[in-house]
Formats: sequence, C-alpha cells, structure tokens
Amino acid sequence: MAGRTLYDKLWESHVVRCEADGTALLYIDRHLVHEVTSPQAFEGLRLAGRKPWRIESIVATADHNTPTKDWAQGIRDPISRIQVETLDANIAATGAKAYFPFRDRRQGIVHVIGPEQGATLPGMTVVCGDSHTSTHGAFGALAFGIGTSEVEHVLATQCLITRKAKSMLVRAEGRLPAGVTAKDLVLAVIGRIGTAGGSGFAIEFAGAAIRALSMEGRMTVCNMAIEAGARAGMVAVDDTTFDYLRGRPFAPMGELWDKAMAYWRTLRSDPEATFDRVVDVDVSSLRPQVTWGTSPEMVVAVDGRVPDPDNERDPTRREGMARALQYMGLTPNTLIAEIAIDKVFIGSCTNSRIEDLRAAAEVARGRHVAPNVRLAMVVPGSGLVKAQAEREGLDRVFRDAGFDWREPGCSMCLAMNDDRLEPGERCASTSNRNFEGRQGAGGRTHLVSPAMAAAAAIAGHFVDIRRLV
Amino acid sequence: MNPFRIVTGLVAPLDRANVDTDAIIPKQFLKSIKRSGFGPNLFDEWRYLDRGEPGMDNSHRPENPNFVLNLPRYRGAEILLARRNFGCGSSREHAPWALLDFGFRALIAPSYADIFFNNCFKNGLLPIVLPENALDALFDAANVHPGFALTIDLERQTVATPDGAMQWRFELEAFRKHCLLNGLDEIALTLGHADAIRDFESRRLHEQPWLA
Repeated sequence: MAGRTLYDKLWESHVVRCEADGTALLYIDRHLVHEVTSPQAFEGLRLAGRKPWRIESIVATADHNTPTKDWAQGIRDPISRIQVETLDANIAATGAKAYFPFRDRRQGIVHVIGPEQGATLPGMTVVCGDSHTSTHGAFGALAFGIGTSEVEHVLATQCLITRKAKSMLVRAEGRLPAGVTAKDLVLAVIGRIGTAGGSGFAIEFAGAAIRALSMEGRMTVCNMAIEAGARAGMVAVDDTTFDYLRGRPFAPMGELWDKAMAYWRTLRSDPEATFDRVVDVDVSSLRPQVTWGTSPEMVVAVDGRVPDPDNERDPTRREGMARALQYMGLTPNTLIAEIAIDKVFIGSCTNSRIEDLRAAAEVARGRHVAPNVRLAMVVPGSGLVKAQAEREGLDRVFRDAGFDWREPGCSMCLAMNDDRLEPGERCASTSNRNFEGRQGAGGRTHLVSPAMAAAAAIAGHFVDIRRLV
Repeated sequence: MNPFRIVTGLVAPLDRANVDTDAIIPKQFLKSIKRSGFGPNLFDEWRYLDRGEPGMDNSHRPENPNFVLNLPRYRGAEILLARRNFGCGSSREHAPWALLDFGFRALIAPSYADIFFNNCFKNGLLPIVLPENALDALFDAANVHPGFALTIDLERQTVATPDGAMQWRFELEAFRKHCLLNGLDEIALTLGHADAIRDFESRRLHEQPWLA
C-alpha cells in the first residue's frame, strides 16, 4: 500500500461522505470566529430559522476592529463599535466554547489565541472566516480560511462542501544562519514559487529546518502559506508540538492527554508517501528578506537591489513590476539598504508572539528609534503575550528605545482601526501582505522579520540584521 | 441565491495580474454588518481620487477618469475580464458581494485564488477559467471594439460573442454547476445528510474524546 501524506490522513479522517465527482462533506472540529466575517453568517442563520450545530466547536474573539490604545474609552469609531457589539450579541445568543471579547485579558488575534489556549489541537480541522487560518496547520491540523457563506454553512451543519486539494511538499533542509528566521524562510519560498504557486495545493512544510523551528516559527511559516496561494499549510507533529501544548487551558490532561498523544504521533507523512509537487529549499545560505513591491512574491535579500522591470520578459509581469515600483516610489537597482522608512509595525498573526517580541527587543535594547521614523509600534498578538512580555521587561526595552507599546489586535496589518499609514508613508512591517493600500490608502509596505523591523526602526532604513547579531 | 443560466453582457477589461481582495473592496468597508451595498466602493482606491469611508455619499466623489470601469464605454459592464490569480489575499466575501452589487454577473480569467473562487459560487457570481491565449483575444476585442459583449451559457459551458464568431468552452465542476443553475441553498442540501453528520460526529467524539 502506498504511503499516505499528513494531508491525506487529516482529510480522510474528516470526510463524512463523498460524491462521485470528488465533492466531499468535510467535518469541522474547530470554528474560530471574529467580528468582521461573521455578522452576515449569524444573520443568515437567524433568517433561515437555523441553530448552530455544535456550539462547543466555536472559539470567538474581537480582533480586526479593536483599537490598540486608550482602551478605557472603548471603541470610538461607531461603525467598528457596532460590529464588535454585534459579535458580543451573536455569541451571547448562540453560545460558544470560549469567547474573549474586547478588553478581556485573553483577547487577541484569533490566530494567536487559538494555539495559546490549546483550542487548536493536532488532527483537527480548523476553519475561520480569515485567510490566515492556515497558521494552525503548524500543529498537524488541517486549517484553512473560508468566506462568510461557509462560516454560515459550518455554523449550521458543522461541515463544509469542499474538494481535496493537490499536495505539495516544501522540504527545507540545512540550518538557518544567525539572524535569519522563519519569516525569511517563508518569504523566500513565496519568492520562489510565486503568490499563485500554491493555488490548488495544501502545502506540508518539512525537513530539518522546519523541525528545528519552535511552534511559533512554524506558525509564522504556515501563516504565510496563503500568500503562496495555498489555503492550507501544515507541519508534522513532533515533541516540539507536545511541549508547546502540554498544560494549555483547552488541551487534554491526564489519561486523555496520553491517549491523544498516541494518536497525534501518527500525524506525519509516511516515508513512502508521494506528493504532487516537491520544492526543495536549502536554508543554510538564506539571507534576511525584504519585499520591494506590492505582492509578497516581490521579495529580495536585504543585501540585494530593487529589480529592474526591463530585465523581465513576460509582459504582464513586467507591467506589474513597473506599476509596483511606481506605487512604492522606488527606482530600479536601488540598494535595499538605502531605502529609508517612515513607520515600523511589529505585530500581526504572522509575527506578534512572545518570541517575535523578544527578537525585536533584543535589537532595540539600549538603542533608539531613528529621528526620521515617525512611529514605531509594537502590537502584541494577545493580552497574554502582552502580559508575558511585560513580565520580561520587554515593554520597558521598547519604550526606552522610543517604540509605542500597544494593546493587542490585528492593528496596522490591515488598518481597519485607527492604526494606518498615510499616503506615501513607507513602513517596515512584520505582517503578511504588502498589497496596495493594505496598511492604509497610498501606504507603502515592506515585509520583514521582527528583528529586521526593529533594526530598520533604529537605523531609519533597512539594514542587514546579520551585522547586528 | 438567483439561478445563473444565460447571461449576455457588456465586457470590461481589467488588465492586471494578482488583483487582491483588498483592492476589490478596501478594509474600511468591511465594518458593515450587511451583505449588500458594497458596489459603490468596488475598487474604491482605483476608482476614486479621494479617500473613501463607509457612509459617504459616493455619488459626489471625484472619479479617477483613467480607471477602466470609469470609461464611458465600459459603464454597465456585466462581465469582467481579469488576469491570473484574481482575488488573491484576504478571504473577505465582501469581494464577490461588491462585484455583484456593482453589476457583474461573471468573471473571466486564467486563474483565481482558491478562497475567492469558492466565495463566488456561493453568491451566484460565475468565475470562468479560460486559457491565457483566450484571454489575450478577449482583452484585444474588449479594447478594440466599443460595446464588445459576450454571451455566457452555463448549461452548455460556453463563452461566445453574440454573433457566434468567437466561442470557447469552459470547465466547471458538476456540483457547482448544478447549484448555480438551480440557485440552490447549499446548507439545505447538507442538512439533507444530517443523520450521516450526526453518526460521524458521535463516532469521532467517541474515538477522540479529547475533542468533546
């Protein structure tokens, strides 16, 4: 018998039924809910007179709209406030396994709090009305983003109508050099396969470089699988997974833990399993990455230069590059290290966990934000991450260095709240998307790792972190 | 959901690859708790010269005269031509809602991002996949001939000029076609299997009690 991939195992263990054409009914274990993509789903459910199928599957929080300062004043934007209050009311009416509303000390970015609470477990199917749900695949789970109609479908039926994707193995071997992180690894992979390279695939990240990553690093990698076009990214379960989960509030305990662990150990691709596509990456020569354009695939190493569209032969690509350079206000062949920045954002579901904050603080310690940087903000991924950082004194390190230390939330990753770029402002950001207008209309985003963002804040322009560590 | 059978409509060409859902409907409009009313803010940052906010009267905002959907010849378009990886990025279903609310019934592109593609079908917006060379021909025609229109026949899975001079066949999964043709409520279909779901669930929670 041919071996099975991790994805095969996760898929097959959740198929309720399958039609002849491959359309399957897939059972969903965990449904993460936030305020932006759920109100229309709850309303649809009400209008049809339907009830949620399994409220114990629901873990909810408000994160996209919430402000990151002056919490005592509540949410000042009335439209945002209505949306957050609508989630409060919907959860109050239907119930949930857990709800972390605005200002709860455990509130935070939905993709940070799921793992933090042990609400994301190996072997689960995890969905959320948010494309970065791929994050949870780091736990050997099948996790992917869905639209609002599908949120309603999962609420009503605990299932999704879907089809199996093709499988891709990204095999990252070698050892990451000092100063080069999970973020650089995944940006380099996206640069190589492109933002549509993973379309139609579920990606398993494997190899020595992935096994060596912490759970937080694996989450960063899986988080950005969607930026390569793959709905799901995943990593096999190992001792690193168990060490992270043990003792989390919603993780099993005692005998149940032992029983679960015995099953979870099987959640890895069999050695003889085959994939539809394999991408090999040697990380030992990888350099810190910086995006230069308006798509995550537009990325180069920090010691490189802004590319020249004239060297691109494909006309659609060439035009896309030229348009990106115009939007970004960059000239071809400029050294990345010569690009000055106006703002710095350290946060998002990609890079707002405690290890990210430690890495950034390490760079900021004893230094100061450059005078040309108008705002350098640190937004922890959750209230618990914030509290942990404060216990370690990281807030003082950041504040002393001239950074703003904020309340948790999605913040300037997508700029739905007041945290945003003004037209023309250039930002070193640890988030996941450098699309036009993503961080504010006319704003210019460069995606980097937390240490690289902190270093850019200190220098006022991009610098090679390897010279600082 | 309204059934989709045959649509004949004016064609507008959006000649960019990797158009993301942030561009299709910027984040500030996601604060709405409704499904409707997103059309005036479709492609807001490209379409208008000022900064759009929810609740604005869009009828008095300065339009960008160079944006393709603002050109008089493409006003009232119901079919949008796009390039590869259309709809990448965020899972926001507000993107297909905005396209539909604006008046589009179908999209034609060489490829789409997975979540966006899925979201279209849930709302009766048909995302047609045609090869790059077909798109090149369609972009040429839409650029050269004012009033260029196409007829999409879902039952026959064809895209054709009304005179039949140009015609392509497109592929589509049988289940999706069936739901679109009949405007079916997928939740009702799934609840038809409620017993199977309940059986599966109780077996699963018994075998993996830590999920309970």
